[in-house]
Amino acid sequence: MLSRSLCYFIMFNQYLILFKMNRINKKMQENKKLLSIYFTAGYPSINDTVKIIQDLESSGIDMIEIGLPFSDPLADGPTIQNSSTAALKNGMTTKVLFDQLKDIRKTVSIPLILMGYFNPMLQYGVEAFCEKCNEIGIDGLIMPDLPLDVYQEKYEAVFKKNNLKNIFLITPQTSDARIKQIDEASDAFIYMVSTASVTGSKSGFGTEQTKYFERISAMQLNNPQIVGFGINNSETFKQATDFTKGAIIGSAFIKHLTENGVETISSFVKGIR
Amino acid sequence: MNYNATEKGYYGEFGGAYIPEMLYPNVEELRQNYLKIMAEPDFKKEFDQLLKDYVGRPSPLYFAKRLSEKYNTKVYLKREDLNHTGAHKVNNTIGQILMAKRLNKTRIIAETGAGQHGVATATVCALMGMQCVVYMGEIDIARQAPNVARMKMLGAEVRPALSGSKTLKDATNEAIRDWINNPVDTHYIIGSAIGPHPYPDMVTRFQSIISEEIKWQLKEKEGRENPDYIVACIGGGSNAAGTYYHFLHESEVGIIAVEAAGKGIHSGESAATSALGKEGIIHGCKTLLMQTPDGQITEPYSISAGLDYPGVGPLHSHLYKTGRGEFYSATDDEAMTSGLELTQLEGIIPAIETSHALAIFKHKTFKPDDIVVISLSGRGDKDLDNYIKYFKL
Ligand SMILES: Cc1ncc(COP(=O)(O)O)c(C=O)c1O
Repeated sequence: MLSRSLCYFIMFNQYLILFKMNRINKKMQENKKLLSIYFTAGYPSINDTVKIIQDLESSGIDMIEIGLPFSDPLADGPTIQNSSTAALKNGMTTKVLFDQLKDIRKTVSIPLILMGYFNPMLQYGVEAFCEKCNEIGIDGLIMPDLPLDVYQEKYEAVFKKNNLKNIFLITPQTSDARIKQIDEASDAFIYMVSTASVTGSKSGFGTEQTKYFERISAMQLNNPQIVGFGINNSETFKQATDFTKGAIIGSAFIKHLTENGVETISSFVKGIR
Repeated sequence: MNYNATEKGYYGEFGGAYIPEMLYPNVEELRQNYLKIMAEPDFKKEFDQLLKDYVGRPSPLYFAKRLSEKYNTKVYLKREDLNHTGAHKVNNTIGQILMAKRLNKTRIIAETGAGQHGVATATVCALMGMQCVVYMGEIDIARQAPNVARMKMLGAEVRPALSGSKTLKDATNEAIRDWINNPVDTHYIIGSAIGPHPYPDMVTRFQSIISEEIKWQLKEKEGRENPDYIVACIGGGSNAAGTYYHFLHESEVGIIAVEAAGKGIHSGESAATSALGKEGIIHGCKTLLMQTPDGQITEPYSISAGLDYPGVGPLHSHLYKTGRGEFYSATDDEAMTSGLELTQLEGIIPAIETSHALAIFKHKTFKPDDIVVISLSGRGDKDLDNYIKYFKL
């Protein structure tokens, strides 16, 4: 009798934890390799955002990084630079994007992450930005130029209050000590940059990448790793996910949109897995 | 008030290192080592020796008699134009190439606007036998042709920056991307007091030789170390930072900065960052920068390639915000006429960047016994085409 009520109690607790868990955390528990897509909001056309997200979900994509375009994307190669410039010309702004996304949770249930550079967020107001994300149902942020120490000193509380996961990057040059620090500060996944490069510049992984993937995998981190940069087809997706939880495709998807428009998203996704 | 960088690189609220993780190992390596290396006796010895025998320091502090008469005050010109390669930029590149060697780097990258920093970098790379790649906006390549030729002759590869406004900001973006792509063997020699910590502080320290010399030179000439005013033009702020450095905590010395107003502060074609900028992040640094309300960095304009930058170093944002510095801006026209005026009064053709500092006389009246030291940051050889076109000479 006692053990049964204890059992219910535990089940109820687990339900509570699951309920309170962020969509990203839930997604990470699924027993499969995850495929995530990055795209630049406002590209190819200003009003493509919602359609792209919906089509990606119905094509079986697990998670989406919605890129907030920036005038000076330091960590991006020409493909994402060009899509950002075009998106800004099309009139994309933080406010426009938030407006476009306001009803997104009525139709889309996979994790949604905003990815951008810190200055637009700073100008919007970090707190207001986070509140808006929470209201919309954004699950996490990737701000490559918001460094770990500044985040922890100034913004962690605001992110947490708004149920937003902050996703950090690591690269082949990141020291083990720093990786452990990042692992401790993370509570969703670690964005593993595949090679020392800006986005979209390499294709195909060599032994150096394999060694890096193995090294990180052997560290037994608390957070799953998702690989990004340089994944552009089923082969690189397979290579990247042999050792990790999943992979993110960015530039290759943007190129697909440039060449084929927004009507053939599912065929792109089918080509990957 | 403290005007030096904190350990994390803050000047008041400005500075820091807002960099993507890809840059972290390199920037952190530099941060942990730069002060240590700069304090090593053999580093100091090599740096001082090169500044003396190779650059030609100390640069003269010249009393500009006719200019002084014209404006009824006492004007001294700190002659950085007489340095090897023709500007203050070489003080920093000598320091940074020695730093790069001690960090075992073999490849050097740099950005450049006017080409002065590119030339100064290509020069020290030739001197040390290091590979050199300089990023330069496509527009600047066109308007600073003599410097492009010099860099090539010195053995550097000049890569055009084709994105954005195709000027200094974009060249800096490309250099940063290069560094991300080459994280092991490469050192990035930033050319101004900008970028992520420790760059603003490191560049300022290398340039601080300017104010160090002014102090003893003025003592020799006037019997006192401190002038009433020191004046410099500001692009990113390296010649200004070096000119101010030893006077920052001397409250009787007035600090004056002149930015490029382009066609006028409110013309939409300007680079007057303190007037038009708002706090934000540019090139890894929290500082004042020109941007849209949405946080997109806007494209500046100035006739001078070296001042055509939408931000300003964090030290200068702090000087502006705290009121320690007086900030002015000079239009293209004011600068050009001031440059011609110096040429005809003193027989010195200044760089167009420097001409902006000289335009201070169009904005401020000094007292007859004021001692005003102006940083003559560079010579105008590279700008002859532009002067000739402008004045239809
Ligand atoms: C002669 C000269 N003065 C000034 C500048 C502006 O740079 P900073 O503000 O870093 O001194 C430049 C830049 O190219 C220059 O060539």
